[in-house]
Amino acid sequence: MKKLIAISALAAASLLALSGCSGGDPLASAGAGTGSSGDQVIIGSADFTESQLIASIYSEALQAAGVDVKEQFNIGSREVYMEALQDGSIDLIPEYSGALLKYLDTSSTASTTDDVLAELATQLPTGTSLLDHSLAEDKDVLAVTSDTAAKYDLEKISDLAPVAAELSLGGPPEWKTRVNGVIGLVDVYGINFREFVSLDAGGPLTMTALTSGQIQVGDIFSTDPGVTDNDLVVLEDDKSLFAAENVVPVITTAKLDSTIAETLNAVSAQLTTKDLIRMNSEASSGTNLAEIAIAWLTDADLI
Amino acid sequence: MSLLEWFLDPAHWSGADGIPMQIGVHLFYSAVALALSLLFAVPLGIYIGFTGKGEGIVAGIANALRALPTLGLLVLLFLLLSPVVPGQLVYGIPTVIVLVLLAVPPILTGTYAGIQAADTEAVNAARGMGYSQVQILWFVQLPCALPLLLSGVRSSTLQIVSTATVAAYLGLQGLGRFILDGRAQGDFSQMAAGAILLAALALILELAFIAVGRLIVSPGLQRTTRAPRKIVPTTATAAIRLTAS
Repeated sequence: MKKLIAISALAAASLLALSGCSGGDPLASAGAGTGSSGDQVIIGSADFTESQLIASIYSEALQAAGVDVKEQFNIGSREVYMEALQDGSIDLIPEYSGALLKYLDTSSTASTTDDVLAELATQLPTGTSLLDHSLAEDKDVLAVTSDTAAKYDLEKISDLAPVAAELSLGGPPEWKTRVNGVIGLVDVYGINFREFVSLDAGGPLTMTALTSGQIQVGDIFSTDPGVTDNDLVVLEDDKSLFAAENVVPVITTAKLDSTIAETLNAVSAQLTTKDLIRMNSEASSGTNLAEIAIAWLTDADLI
Repeated sequence: MSLLEWFLDPAHWSGADGIPMQIGVHLFYSAVALALSLLFAVPLGIYIGFTGKGEGIVAGIANALRALPTLGLLVLLFLLLSPVVPGQLVYGIPTVIVLVLLAVPPILTGTYAGIQAADTEAVNAARGMGYSQVQILWFVQLPCALPLLLSGVRSSTLQIVSTATVAAYLGLQGLGRFILDGRAQGDFSQMAAGAILLAALALILELAFIAVGRLIVSPGLQRTTRAPRKIVPTTATAAIRLTAS
């Protein structure tokens, strides 16, 4: 009985300790409530590598331009960091145009780069601004192996229409009922694949099934290093079924000045999808993100 | 769409991805996995039970394999097999392997433990009557082991049926489709329906196993709970009972 009491006391103590850990607001250290002081710009990022990578590029570029910055990376999902942007916990974050627009206006059907950005400008929360967008995009693309592309002479998605009956498509389970998925491929492009195989969202299952021939067409992300590693052919979305996802900085308007605008616009002017693929691949091999960012900025002659 | 509406929609009851078809496919994978597990575990269990050799090692390994995370193993096997196995089998083989790994230990343990636990008096009596070792195994030890063996098969079956949902992760059909697609598409009625169908299927199989056990296990070995014969209460028996307690 004594033992039991001791154990439960220990359990209670560790629970208390644990709740102590989780009680802290991860954003509190950024000075939430007071907001960033003076001219300091707090740069946030989402909780995945690519977002942190782009945020690192912004950070290094701004530091080189003499701006006082603070890094508050790896915050979480869009729901969390957009909130943080509005309450002043962060001032700047790299975003993807299409996904942000869908978050702000779920009914939006804009799909081309220009349409998405134009609509986004009207939907942005007050007090925040968009800077120039880059050509770099991280979006859903249909990819085939170079052998498949050569065999069926494929360059754009519409080239699939006459041959799709012989091909299997792989993608995440939600694609089966999504307009930006199987439904749209049928309605917009008139493409009926032989079958749709539910795999994962741009993960190892789809990539492996594609490269080993279990599926011939796969839904992957445009910045996946596997595109270059496996010599895949990304089919051009010639009817704009998948919304543009250009990388674009979103910033608190109050913090925006000409130095920041010029610096970040210069970054956006040079950043490409290919650059993201290469940098993602370096990041996945364990290279420090700041190092990758500095190397890219140096190559681009920005610092 | 509410859960009830989902079940009442006739579209969900027909076609290649309708409920009857998905149950059929689900049972098919489960049956294949169970058959392979039986083929593997029962002879091995008989050998261990009969000779007493390798109990620690084989049972230890089987149980350790069981601790492997099913989903992780499934993806790993898919990535490994994908370049070498052609066609649709590449989705099926990993699924069946992870299910067999889950199902072998209970059957194996049930078999050898059942044989070892066979009543020594019955075994000795058979030996006294001139039964050979093989005859003792076949006519005495195995029938005595049947209740434990069957309970092993029963828990394996439940494991297989409930875990066969992972087949959907590799794009295969089965009840897992409703659960996985429901989650991915934010259609929670579909997801709940999948879970309910699965639970119902498991319950039906459980009942079926109880019935099978009743049929094939020797009546002398069944732990049936017969109602105790009623004693007509007389003042005398009541008095005796009172004093006895």
